[in-house]
Amino acid sequence: MFGDYEAQRHWQEITLNLPVQEWYFNSSDNNLQYWGLDYPPLTAYHSLLCAYVAEFINPDWVALHTSRGYESDHHKLFMRSTVFIADLMIYIPAVVLYCCYLKETSPRKKIANAFCILLYPGLLLIDYGHFQYNCVSLGLTLWGVLGLSYDWDILGSLAFCLALNYKQMELYHSLPFFCFLLGKCLKKDLKGKGLLLLIKLITTVVAAFALCWLPFFTQLEQTMQVLRRLFPVGRGLFEDKVANFWCSLNVLLKIKSLLSPHTQLMFSFALTFLSLLPACLKLTLQPSLRGFKYALVSCALSFFLFSFQVHEKSILLVSLPVCLILNEVPFMSIWFLLVSTFSMLPLLLKDQLALASVGTTLGFGVACASSFSIFENISEEELQLRSFSVYVRRHIPGFKVPAKMLKTWFLVSVTMMSLLTLTSITVEPPHKLPDLFPVLVCLVSCLHFLLFLIYFNVIILWDHRNGRSQKKIN
Amino acid sequence: MAASGAAVRGGGRAFLSLALGVSLLKCLLIPAYYSTDFEVHRNWLAITHSLPVSRWYYEATSEWTLDYPPFFAWFEYTLSHIAKVFDPEMLNIQNLNYASPRTVLFQRFSVIFTDVLFIYSVYECCKCIEGKKAGKELTEKPTFILSVLLLWNFGLLIVDHIHFQYNGFLFGLMLLSVARLFQKRHLEGAFLFAILLHFKHIYLYVAPAYGIYLLRSYCFTADKPDGSVTWSSFSFLRLIALGFIVCFVSALSLGPFIAMPSIFCLWFKPQGPRGFLRCLIVCALSSFMFGWHVHEKAILLAILPMSLLSVGKPQDAAIYLLLTTTGHYSLFPLLFTAPEFPIKVLLMLLFTVYSFSSLKTLFRKEKLLNWMETIYLVGLGPLEICCELVFPFTPWKLKYPFIPLFLTSVYCAAGITYAWFRLSVSMLPGPAVSKAKLQ
Repeated sequence: MFGDYEAQRHWQEITLNLPVQEWYFNSSDNNLQYWGLDYPPLTAYHSLLCAYVAEFINPDWVALHTSRGYESDHHKLFMRSTVFIADLMIYIPAVVLYCCYLKETSPRKKIANAFCILLYPGLLLIDYGHFQYNCVSLGLTLWGVLGLSYDWDILGSLAFCLALNYKQMELYHSLPFFCFLLGKCLKKDLKGKGLLLLIKLITTVVAAFALCWLPFFTQLEQTMQVLRRLFPVGRGLFEDKVANFWCSLNVLLKIKSLLSPHTQLMFSFALTFLSLLPACLKLTLQPSLRGFKYALVSCALSFFLFSFQVHEKSILLVSLPVCLILNEVPFMSIWFLLVSTFSMLPLLLKDQLALASVGTTLGFGVACASSFSIFENISEEELQLRSFSVYVRRHIPGFKVPAKMLKTWFLVSVTMMSLLTLTSITVEPPHKLPDLFPVLVCLVSCLHFLLFLIYFNVIILWDHRNGRSQKKIN
Repeated sequence: MAASGAAVRGGGRAFLSLALGVSLLKCLLIPAYYSTDFEVHRNWLAITHSLPVSRWYYEATSEWTLDYPPFFAWFEYTLSHIAKVFDPEMLNIQNLNYASPRTVLFQRFSVIFTDVLFIYSVYECCKCIEGKKAGKELTEKPTFILSVLLLWNFGLLIVDHIHFQYNGFLFGLMLLSVARLFQKRHLEGAFLFAILLHFKHIYLYVAPAYGIYLLRSYCFTADKPDGSVTWSSFSFLRLIALGFIVCFVSALSLGPFIAMPSIFCLWFKPQGPRGFLRCLIVCALSSFMFGWHVHEKAILLAILPMSLLSVGKPQDAAIYLLLTTTGHYSLFPLLFTAPEFPIKVLLMLLFTVYSFSSLKTLFRKEKLLNWMETIYLVGLGPLEICCELVFPFTPWKLKYPFIPLFLTSVYCAAGITYAWFRLSVSMLPGPAVSKAKLQ
């Protein structure tokens, strides 16, 4: 009943009625225990904008204290419309532009691609069902990717800084952006043009942050308090059931009680960075747009699997880059997107979105099946694993990527996910194991994600097309 | 041969995707607002399940007494046996306005499943449309456009799957009978229409078209070269066969007198199945215009068959665009709740934009609508903004709350009347054309 919807309404109430200095502080008017602000300042400014409109239509919606738990049909329509308008202004144009400028695809394929990306069930269900504004941060990140692909590095990094200042989870994408831009600067020779670009980028980033955080830079205490709200390190390795490595490991080995919180933090830090280091190094030394997109996927996935305090919704941060490579490896991308939606099943069931999630997932499946011929031609070439298998064949002659087996594994995987979905909806769990189904969902999803992590890293590390694309950057 | 085989397969796959896609959309609409028609059908489930047949039309505990013909009652009776599995409480006549989540789920799913008949009938109708040129892009073929215009018809979606009714399978029966007549399977067509009449008697409005067409074009087995009747070719056998099937069709019933010119044309200058279809649409539209106790949903009776004509000739496409856009907009007052506002606006925009762009592409050499007609249709936008966004904030809302309904009705009446007039004119025989060319 009172979830993210009430949280967003409450933030409109707080930002409208209280001065900026009190937004992130506990006070009699602002009880941080009751959905306190825990996103960076840009979210707060967006809430303020919505609050002005809300006040114009009906002041009862955002009246201080008295509007808590306010629910009415018209208010719901208003709140849902704010998500839709944000989507329409930021995310959808970015997707359409991205697909318009895809190379080597017919106009019909571009439209099909855009259609499938926009139909991705995970984002639809979380933004419009659960209620969030992921479309803003993901959209801004996509604008950043667009900027970087056309060598508008300043604009691209500005867009990404705005995304970062909207939701701190965008830090999952920050390393690929950093490595790609650094790589570009290095390629342009750090003594000349490269240095100039580097300085311009640093200035842009600093200016963007300064502008967003201006009201909070007046006192050090303000800045620290905001940071404390954004990064609650006291909350532990994971909360609730999430399809990442630590939660899955916890089923067999109770690490939460075995290790001290400090050790947990160190382990998670180490494992995260170890897993994304190869891709980032390769991106810095051989920056290419293709490598950048795949690095976005693998870094976000590494963070999701091994990082601290991950929420199941963070899988959306991996899904967006996967949507960007939909036209390159359609089969694996669609598989991943289906698993990512499935991994959020416990959350969606709690929100009574069972019918909506099944309907949108099937719709997405139908759209993809008719747009991409995914069930024919699964070869090494289609999976982008040609250079990898050539390399392996030098050491193990006769090695072949089991491409034909993949179809079978895909069907097994989909069957397993469908069965789990059906049982979660219809059957009551046994008394002794009330969390049986969420845990099973997490375990199955985590296994898939680990395999995908290996797959995407293999593509990045054995990508030999960088040689050709180097000339494009220069 | 291989290329056409691939094209057929591609077309089949596209049709399946369209059918699946719209069915999933219907599932997503399950939690939406439903009208009192929901309680009507729940009550009928209860009546047919709990009472003996002799009492079905006498039961009056609820205000929504059974007022559809017996086949529909038997349909509800069949459904009630499945309803037992979902929630037996809905079958209790005393449970007025009972709407548990399982009841809603069952009733909504029953509409979605029975739509399978509609999907099949659309498939059959597509087979009757001749493709203009082979080797065209799939999305530009008339069959693809017709599939979208029928399967994703906005009016049918919001009336059946939001407001709640069972028009899908009924229109499926009607379109299937039309398709059979196109395929020269006259007896089947007559049989299907007769069955349809006993499901919902509103289809009596188009019975004259069926009666006259079957009499003229089926019972008289041959025509003179100029298209008029050859009395000697009358086949008694065929008449008896037809009469046997159609004896309860009252061909002269509620026939609105205004529809007479089209009926005369159908007799004196038959133009084959297309002429029959045109006459059917004019009958339906005339009954909508001048009939007794007409519901706004009856406009679908004219819009759906008109889709079949729209992919044939540019003039018909123009009338279709006018009729459909205006007709669909006239259904807006049915969904007056706040949560359904974005659904109806977005679905309507989707359907309207698609119908305009696809028909314009199909008939790209001709100009479909003139400036007056375009301005009229564009005017629907400001009308909607005034009625639903601006008016609620004005002081007149309390004093004259029916102004939006009044404006909507009058504005749409103008468009529908104009479309009816143009359609009637298109029925009139042109200069002498050989029968072979018309058929």
